[in-house]
Amino acid sequence: MELGGLLTYGVFFLTQAGIYAVLALGLNVQYGLTGQINIGVAGFFAVGAYTSAILTTATSSAHLGGFDLPFLVGIAGAMAASAIVAVGIGWVTMRLRSDYLAIATIGIAEIIRLAFKNEEWLTNGVRGIPGIPRPFVETLGADPLISLGVVLGFILLGYWMVERARRSPWGRVLRAIRENEDGVMAAGKNVARFRLQAFVFGSSLMGMAGGLYAHFLGFISPEAFMPLYGTFLVWVMLIAGGAGNNRGAVLGAFAIWMLWSATDSLTRELGAEYATQAGALRVLLIGVLLQVILIARPQGILPEHGRRKGSR
Amino acid sequence: MIQIEGVSKAFGGLRAVDSVHFTVATGGITGLIGPNGAGKTTLFSILAGFLHPDEGRVILDGEDVTGLPPHKLFHRGLVRTFQIPKEFSRMTVRDNLMIVPPGQSGEVLANAWFRWGAVRREDTRVRAKVDEVLEFLNLTHVADELAGNLSGGQKKLLELGRTMMIDAKVVLLDEPGAGVNRTLLNNIRDAIRRLNQDRGYTFCLIEHDMDLIAQLCDPVVVMAQGQVLTQGSMDEIRANTEVQDAYLGGGVSGRGVSAMTDDDIGKGGNGATDGADETDEEWRP
Repeated sequence: MELGGLLTYGVFFLTQAGIYAVLALGLNVQYGLTGQINIGVAGFFAVGAYTSAILTTATSSAHLGGFDLPFLVGIAGAMAASAIVAVGIGWVTMRLRSDYLAIATIGIAEIIRLAFKNEEWLTNGVRGIPGIPRPFVETLGADPLISLGVVLGFILLGYWMVERARRSPWGRVLRAIRENEDGVMAAGKNVARFRLQAFVFGSSLMGMAGGLYAHFLGFISPEAFMPLYGTFLVWVMLIAGGAGNNRGAVLGAFAIWMLWSATDSLTRELGAEYATQAGALRVLLIGVLLQVILIARPQGILPEHGRRKGSR
Repeated sequence: MIQIEGVSKAFGGLRAVDSVHFTVATGGITGLIGPNGAGKTTLFSILAGFLHPDEGRVILDGEDVTGLPPHKLFHRGLVRTFQIPKEFSRMTVRDNLMIVPPGQSGEVLANAWFRWGAVRREDTRVRAKVDEVLEFLNLTHVADELAGNLSGGQKKLLELGRTMMIDAKVVLLDEPGAGVNRTLLNNIRDAIRRLNQDRGYTFCLIEHDMDLIAQLCDPVVVMAQGQVLTQGSMDEIRANTEVQDAYLGGGVSGRGVSAMTDDDIGKGGNGATDGADETDEEWRP
């Protein structure tokens, strides 16, 4: 029994960390490669989750749809919806310098969350959307290991997409934009176009993570897309793992999720009467951890550049 | 090649560039000199599309290109460099130049996923081209260094290298010699000359080093307080008292002007008239 419980927990843990890994890969395209400070990760995560939920659940009077479509259609829809939202936001904000983009995106993510909370016809409001089918449940059954396998598959897909992009001339231009925008303009590149592409690509990966999250938990509500979980943890993961390095992004996601889960066990020792304080304490610990990383190892566990070999 | 017709640009109350007219002749090396704050760099930024002029037109190769963005002008063969190098610090020197060739298939994201082989093959060709340019600039030994680790002079060479990655028509060089030691400066001078003669680049260059200007440029355009003061050969410029006044802030006479003649423009003139290219005097105006 003990072992079974541990195994179940392990699978649950890895699946959740894996979803964060996809988020971190998306953020790595935007921040690690291009230097865009998107503090609205949770917004794209939410758009993806709700899109896939609406596309794949059985028809319900409580929210739009559902359309009872297959899992993969849901994920594709999640990516497309996040990409479309990113095009809209990007078109308006791409002229902004990085710090203004940060402020704009944090606001937009909150608007998205509040819209999902209040537009009951669309999302069933605070009651959320239940009954989201597990991936391939009809063909492969409901074993949590299947979900884990699917999530790991999507990490590989996301990693492959971002790594190829990073090593291509496309990624080279993005890194140059991060370093010096004027220089890229003088090199004849349409900087605005590249920035928008990076923003949209990164956001669609965040949408993919949102879709995975919805199918994995089976239930989503607006509470799940608070900035703490949806945005700040992802930032800590990317910075800890190594911004600009895709393996670092994945490693950071797993490492930080482990720490985050550990603080949960630790603070639970405080007892039920301190539950509120314990929650705040966990956030504080993560904040302190971020500070320590930024001071002691700002390049992260796996830095962008290996020893002297440059970018390849 | 470039006709500048009545171009003006004001920042608040300051008329940084004030109805400037002149022509950068095809195949030539035009010098642009003037005291600090004369509006030279602002004019360059307008020509290269980084700033919009308030008035006036820029004609490139017979076509009105006023207000086109930098990347469009680049595709018409107009390239600029910066006074303060804009290298990509955390990228290798080689990658700094591999950025430049336009229309690389790998700049389309989908090709990176679905046509990787073709992208890699093209990248190999670009890399070979970059290695040629690095060889030309004596930068081969630092090809894999991060560009941020280069010396100031090497960064200047890297800026020049960017213009060599395409078949540029006009190259605007903003102080290619500033902060560069004599040996490196000679390299830069020779590179400019060879690019002009062998590859037919038209140059317009801003420079405070009168030696370099005298050796390379004809004609020389003098700007002061946003306006074109005069233009002509270096000898004519040197003899022009208005120019001397401009360098000294105007209204200075007698001793001041003669001091200027000796120490500033005159010195560069000696170097040129004696044909003494190799006088390794460390001198700046």
